[in-house]
Amino acid sequence: MEAFKEHVGFVVPLDRINVDTDQIIPKQFLKRIERTGFGEFLFNDWRYLENGDPNPEFVLNLPRYAGASILIAGANFGCGSSREHAPWALQQYGFKAILAPSFADIFRNNCYKNGILPIALSADVITALSQAAQNTKGYQLMIDLEEQSVICPDGTAHTFDIGDFEKYCLLNGLDEIGWTLQYEADIAAFENR
Amino acid sequence: MKTQTMYEKIWEAHLVRASADEVPILYIDTHLVHEVTSPQAFEGLRLNNRKVRRPDQTFATMDHNVPTTDRSLPIADLIAAKQMETLAQNCAEFDIPLYDIDSPEQGIVHVIGPELGITQPGTTIVCGDSHTSTHGALGALAFGIGTSEIEHVLATQCLLQQKSENFEIRIDGILPYGVTAKDIILAIIGHIGIDGGNGAVVEYTGSAIRALSIEERMTVCNMSIEAGARAGMIAPDDTTYEYIAGKRFAPKGEDFDAAVERWKQLPTDEGASYDRTLQLNAADIAPQVTWGTNPGMVTDVTGRIPDPADMATADEKTATEHALAYMDLKPGTAITDIAVDRVFIGSCTNSRISDLRAAAEVAKGRKVAENVNAMVVPGSQAVKRQAEAEGLDEIFRAAGFEWREAGCSMCLGMNPDTLSPGQRCASTSNRNFEGRQGKGGRTHLVSPQMAAATAVTGHFVDIRNFQ
Repeated sequence: MEAFKEHVGFVVPLDRINVDTDQIIPKQFLKRIERTGFGEFLFNDWRYLENGDPNPEFVLNLPRYAGASILIAGANFGCGSSREHAPWALQQYGFKAILAPSFADIFRNNCYKNGILPIALSADVITALSQAAQNTKGYQLMIDLEEQSVICPDGTAHTFDIGDFEKYCLLNGLDEIGWTLQYEADIAAFENR
Repeated sequence: MKTQTMYEKIWEAHLVRASADEVPILYIDTHLVHEVTSPQAFEGLRLNNRKVRRPDQTFATMDHNVPTTDRSLPIADLIAAKQMETLAQNCAEFDIPLYDIDSPEQGIVHVIGPELGITQPGTTIVCGDSHTSTHGALGALAFGIGTSEIEHVLATQCLLQQKSENFEIRIDGILPYGVTAKDIILAIIGHIGIDGGNGAVVEYTGSAIRALSIEERMTVCNMSIEAGARAGMIAPDDTTYEYIAGKRFAPKGEDFDAAVERWKQLPTDEGASYDRTLQLNAADIAPQVTWGTNPGMVTDVTGRIPDPADMATADEKTATEHALAYMDLKPGTAITDIAVDRVFIGSCTNSRISDLRAAAEVAKGRKVAENVNAMVVPGSQAVKRQAEAEGLDEIFRAAGFEWREAGCSMCLGMNPDTLSPGQRCASTSNRNFEGRQGKGGRTHLVSPQMAAATAVTGHFVDIRNFQ
């Protein structure tokens, strides 16, 4: 897994609550047996019109948000299915971090395994950051995982919580299976109990 | 004496390592695998030169992609066929038992697990599917995982897990006539919201839950994830032991008796405390119909479409406006005035034999309304055989329902069973997200009885008044 230490990037606000994984990556794209190639289908049904052209009203298609790598969204982002294709699609589109008031459980876990940082901040802070991104063209944020901090252009910092192990894995790009396998003797002992 | 909840007991009994400054390593007894979320996990094993640690504790089937039409024909969707072929190759390579599309045991993974006796009380069960919570109905700790975690379990038979919040949902009282397990869980989700149980392990308790059959308990546990919960569970009791007895992978003879004695230790101790508790009364629950684009957007069948202006927060107002625009519904419309184009009876929520019996009872001697297309998709080949032995297929066919082969089908429309843009569907499945059953399709979640009654009248009806 790619390590995550610090990231500075452009921000795009998706002003919706309860964005489910069926919206993030619709089921017709889950038939692939590869782990790649999902980025172009991210938010497919919102992002493209019936004829396949980009939907000019969808926020990701607005030229001012081109190249964004930080997504701001409403509460309970990633609810629904366990499909890891959702974080794959977000990552392959170019997102490094997602900011929201809350995340669905399985989705949040899946993000950590793919080097994407899901950052939960209070609803007030999320609203303020989302408005700043809408009001300021080229709005950027800096994310410092070591300090657990989201830093605004004016220097204001918002701290966030993350589990020690998740943080360790992200900072070091750790292979979690390798981590567990170092305790193979414990697993074998458990099985022989 | 130390008192513990059922979740705490199962959790502690499966800890491989648990020191204060490390993330706990949890042992997984049973790993269920299907074609859609596993190919990248097997590929990961190959890339890292790793083996499947316990193929004997791993079971695979094909359900998400499979066509529900004539199985003797080749699969028209070549990408789906490739995914199924990949699962077959992976199972052969890693020596994992597979109930493939031609197997008499094939079916939705959450239907065949309990049916074959693979699902047992006190065990840990995972699958790359969020509705794995279904298996908690037999007193197991069962939850959905992503593909990276599938690879982790394949390689280590363990997961790195933090303990979850333990949430008791207690339903006492007697369920009124016409109100089903599906209505219980939809009412709960309507009450606490689709993130009301986020990350929690829910234990359903109370006299109304105890009175449910195992299949009904599965319907309740199945949709725990629709309230954001990681798992749902119900303590095993005599109903559970009777259900398991004689199943293929269940312990036999003395071993079964010994297992029952162990299982009797699982229920939550008197005086043990949960992190939080919610109490509802069964008598207050009415048949439920969803009106929006998530399962929390639900109301009684006697209700009306809400007005976005009445929502408590700006976010909810916007979400309701989006949902009503997508669903093409106007505030104030009576639920029973909404007409449908399609009816789908199936999915891991409601495709077991008792669901089909309930739907058939309503359909018997009636005809599907003109302009409505209705289909019944049994959850497994075993359910299909049982239904056919009971003549349910004849009842459905005579009423004008299509009778299909087993699979996930139009719950998520990965196979050819989908809604066309703008079509409205009464569905016994678990998710009414935008596009879930087909791009532009509009889904209303209901019980099997309500779905069958909707099929024959052409619009939603209150099953309690249905003659």
